[in-house]
Amino acid sequence: MSALAAIQIGEPLRLVLFLLGIMAFVGFNAAYLVWAERKGAGRFQRRVGPSEVGYAGLLQPIADAVKLLTKQVLVPPGADATLFRAAPILVIAPALISLAVIPFGPALAARDLNVGLIMIFAFGSVNVMALMLGGWSSRNKYAIISAARVVSQNVAYEIPMLLVVVTMLLVTGTMSLTKIVEDQAGGFWHWNLFRLAANPLMPLTFLTFYICMLAETNRAPFDMAEAESELVAGAYTEYAGMGFGVFFMGEYANILLGCSLATVLFLGGWQCPFGLLPGVFWFLVKLYLLVFSVIWVRWTFPRTQFYGLLNLSWKILIPLSLGTLVLSAAMIKLLGR
Amino acid sequence: MSPSEVIAAPEGQRETFVLNLGPQHPATHGVLRLKLTMDGEFIVRAEPVCGYIHRMHEKMAENRSYAQFLPNTSRIDYLSAMTYTHAFVGAVERAAKLEVPPRAEFIRVITSELNRISSHLVWLGAYLLDLGGFTPLLYAFDDREKILDLLEGVTGARLTYCYYRFGGVCNDVDEAFTRGTKEFVAYMRPRLDMYRALVTDNIILRKRLVGIAPISAETCRKYGATGPVIRGSGVAYDVRRREPYSAYPLFDFEVPNFPEGDCMARYLVRMEEMAQSLRIIEQAVDRLPEGPVMATAVPRVLKLPAGDVAYAVEAARGRFMVHIVSDNKEIPYRVKLRTPSLSNLSLFEEASQGLVLPDAVALLGSLDLVIPDIDR
Repeated sequence: MSALAAIQIGEPLRLVLFLLGIMAFVGFNAAYLVWAERKGAGRFQRRVGPSEVGYAGLLQPIADAVKLLTKQVLVPPGADATLFRAAPILVIAPALISLAVIPFGPALAARDLNVGLIMIFAFGSVNVMALMLGGWSSRNKYAIISAARVVSQNVAYEIPMLLVVVTMLLVTGTMSLTKIVEDQAGGFWHWNLFRLAANPLMPLTFLTFYICMLAETNRAPFDMAEAESELVAGAYTEYAGMGFGVFFMGEYANILLGCSLATVLFLGGWQCPFGLLPGVFWFLVKLYLLVFSVIWVRWTFPRTQFYGLLNLSWKILIPLSLGTLVLSAAMIKLLGR
Repeated sequence: MSPSEVIAAPEGQRETFVLNLGPQHPATHGVLRLKLTMDGEFIVRAEPVCGYIHRMHEKMAENRSYAQFLPNTSRIDYLSAMTYTHAFVGAVERAAKLEVPPRAEFIRVITSELNRISSHLVWLGAYLLDLGGFTPLLYAFDDREKILDLLEGVTGARLTYCYYRFGGVCNDVDEAFTRGTKEFVAYMRPRLDMYRALVTDNIILRKRLVGIAPISAETCRKYGATGPVIRGSGVAYDVRRREPYSAYPLFDFEVPNFPEGDCMARYLVRMEEMAQSLRIIEQAVDRLPEGPVMATAVPRVLKLPAGDVAYAVEAARGRFMVHIVSDNKEIPYRVKLRTPSLSNLSLFEEASQGLVLPDAVALLGSLDLVIPDIDR
């Protein structure tokens, strides 16, 4: 960090370096989160997981990537080839762009936009369209059912998620992610998660955000889009080779983005709980703890029923997040920020 | 439009599409094919298409001797092979009036019940897989492995056993088997408690199963559904109690039944049945009599007297009956195999009307179909 700061580099070059860094970070994570997921699933299921390729299967992601790259990218006959090819890119690109505003450390953000939060959610909505396009252009009944599900699911969960984010905006008073983190300095009781003076329901708000994040990234127990026992592979059914591989990377990139956002909004970002080690380290620790919990949830719970999922959003999460929003607003009005 | 309106709508006004589920689909666990007429995600009509694994077992029986046909019976429902061979040897013994020694009957009960538990464990894993929970499958198979090891030790086979013979069983069980069985009973009880705590009481699972796809007792009767399906509709029909065979009348066990008729009821019946099977095994191992395991003077060449004979058993999926028509030859004139899965599948068309696709998958899994058992 200090070495980087010492070298005076021009702003365009710095931005390019950071964006390259983010792409490398996402690429590396997509590969090794798959490894972590398979290894973790193995442990949950009393197996060993990947263990043959390299030490503890560490080269497995590389072998997988090579296999996917050597496979032919098939476009099913009658499918809309342009949209079919564009869909995987549309899944991963918004996640990459959104990560540009995430502050990994005090000075480690590609761009500290003062409307960072809005940008993330603007790009986050593209994800739905990409999955829908993938399902629609495949010309496969399972894929179309999956596309229809994805749309209603993501629309339903975007609302409580945005309500939660608006609550956080009220509490922190800024849309710049760096400022939000700086606002939480000084011990873990200053983290937004424990800011009970601003909103006594803060842990519930965090839980709402977490559930919405799982649903938005189409992760189990909300993996309606994939639902392998009902829809074979849902929107991904017709994808082969790297087309599928990019979808897969996009899924992990979105998990990373969601968990980073949760870390920034609720867990104090790079702020360390008791003043040791640099901030990036703490950011990554919090990020990967959240990612681990996402993996844990996936291998523990069965899939929810689709209407149960919508009921959860419309009947529980939306009233709850509306309630916390009104409560925070009232408390800020009465007590001041 | 609701599914009932769609069914009532005239031909030209329907906006439905046909979804082909199977013969290669993750939810059918075999080569079952369902032609689903769908209105959006709602099922208007489900038409099962069978026959992809038809192997002519009944015809094969007509051109080979009884002993030669015996191994076939364990391949009809490969998950419940013990009980299927039991029905066939039972029918032959009944016709030939062979007296089976009590030790052999006890061993048959122990191995059949172990087989029932292993079959239900496969169902448990596969069912939760259908519901989107992958992890329980590996736990269930881990437990099943212990049963397979026990049965392998005494029968030499792990899946398609041919252990029961006309007049008894082919090998006597040894000390290792009885000790291992006792250990398994002691091991399995806490495991069932664990499944209850982790799986049965899981809120997502309850939401997926409670009140989903109820089947009335009338529907079950109409289609001849048996086994856990009819017991999940509140009818305590169990061949082991209604038409007692082998040594079952000697043991104390309950026939679990739940009146709700939904997927949860069928789920609970099977979970409770595993506990009851453990009870039977425990009693049978404790009271295992000494003596021979094979009837004396079993004729080398079996000719059944002319006439017909039937023998029904309670297999893991319901009532399995072998009906032999003999004309006093070495080879049967006709063998009819009444398999539970076919009857249980027949009610799917009626029960699945108006369900959404994931619920239909839950219903299909709760019927616990074994595809070779449907097609025979």
